[in-house]
Amino acid sequence: MKISLTLNNRPKTFDVAPDEYLVDTLRRYGYTSVRRGCDTTSCGVCTLLVDDKPVPSCAFLSARADGARLTTVEGIPETASKLAEHFGERGADQCGFCNPGIALAVHSMEQSGMPADDATIDHYLVGNLCRCTGYQSQREAIKAYLGDKK
Amino acid sequence: MKINQLKQVETLDEAYRLLNEDRRNVVIAGGAWLKMSSRTVETGIDLSNLSLDYIEETPEALRIGSMTTLRQLETHAGVRALYKGMLSTSISQIMGVGLRNLVTIGGSIIGKYGFSDVLPALLAMETSLVFHSQGEIPLEDFLESKGRINDVLVSINIRKKKGVGYFKKVKQTALAFATLNIAVSRSEGLYKIAIGSRPSVATLAREAMEEVNLAESVDDETIARAAEHATSLKFSSNPSASEDYRAILARVYTGRGLKEVRDCED
Ligand SMILES: Cc1cc2nc3c(=O)[nH]c(=O)nc-3n(C[C@H](O)[C@H](O)[C@H](O)COP(=O)(O)OP(=O)(O)OC[C@H]3O[C@@H](n4cnc5c(N)ncnc54)[C@H](O)[C@@H]3O)c2cc1C
Ligand code: FES
Ligand code: FES
Repeated sequence: MKISLTLNNRPKTFDVAPDEYLVDTLRRYGYTSVRRGCDTTSCGVCTLLVDDKPVPSCAFLSARADGARLTTVEGIPETASKLAEHFGERGADQCGFCNPGIALAVHSMEQSGMPADDATIDHYLVGNLCRCTGYQSQREAIKAYLGDKK
Repeated sequence: MKINQLKQVETLDEAYRLLNEDRRNVVIAGGAWLKMSSRTVETGIDLSNLSLDYIEETPEALRIGSMTTLRQLETHAGVRALYKGMLSTSISQIMGVGLRNLVTIGGSIIGKYGFSDVLPALLAMETSLVFHSQGEIPLEDFLESKGRINDVLVSINIRKKKGVGYFKKVKQTALAFATLNIAVSRSEGLYKIAIGSRPSVATLAREAMEEVNLAESVDDETIARAAEHATSLKFSSNPSASEDYRAILARVYTGRGLKEVRDCED
């Protein structure tokens, strides 16, 4: 079946199977910043914004995205580059595999106007796992990024 | 899960008819739990076009569409106000925000998952389910029923009462299933205690409830006796905890929950 949607503000049409998930569709069409980790909605690396809300794209049926507004990390260039600076300064990235999902989650947290305190950051990002960093440096980087935006 | 065809139904009648037409047809809500199954589905009955994602508030009740996401519920002012936010608290401890933006209250109930964090909270309030064909039934009756569900859950009704609630999820890591979960409420002088992840599905701890509800005064001794009764529920062992450990957790958290709701102002 065909679905039409906007991806990073551009109209797109994709051919999808009835049991295909967005992570597969997007990667098949070359949007490889959407990564596959656990494939069971447990790690957050496949995070995508659907109508501005973060969701695990590994469990979001592509057919359901017909008419939706999708955002990958390429669609939030300002957040992605500022956050990358803060991550770099604090050594909050190693392999970078988790980074697009985290950037999208932080962007959505920022858009919903949540406070930039440790508890809120931990609660909002608990579903975005990172195998490398231990989270402390990431939390500091995210706090600094959100602090800059005030 | 393999889906041969996906049907975005336009009416509840159509969903119901498809569900009963072929045993290989399945209702798809958030689809997150179904995704992990290895079954082959002939027709996936997608409810997402039926506008069942709503939370309506009347002076008497909250009416929640079955496709409402857990995140919608968690952040809804009316839900947060109910029993001191017991349901929101239970939801907020399920995985991350992303998953909660996808999974639905309907899928969380129909699955009758033993580990469910929402079921104890819903049981400790006054909750009923509205099915397309069967009509309205109490949540407790549904949880005790057996066999395949050949009906479409339309909405969930929670009676709005003045009351206070307590929810505790005992877990080993931030994203783990509960080793045990418990919800305790007090409303109009009556206490309810629901215990889940035993590891079987949540149930009311009736003997413990009777102990406090029939007592002349809910003092610490009454609470200690009620907490002891909670250990008579059926618990089992699995890799996350032993039967005995679960019974101890049930005793400790029944006691703490009862004290908290007893001492909490309405
Ligand atoms: C990785 C992971 C971890 C989780 N951890 C927890 C946890 O710690 N605590 C917790 O409480 N929950 C947890 N859950 C469960 C989650 O909260 C949902 O309850 C679950 O995903 C089902 O919701 P869904 O919308 O995805 O349902 P689906 O997967 O779409 O459906 C589940 C079942 O319900 C049926 N169904 C759904 N809606 C209807 C309807 N309206 N009428 C008739 N039948 C229907 C489906 O046919 C299917 O059999 C977890 C889920 C996942 C995937
Ligand atoms: S790949 Fe989707 S949550 Fe892990
Ligand atoms: S930096 Fe490697 S997974 Fe996060």
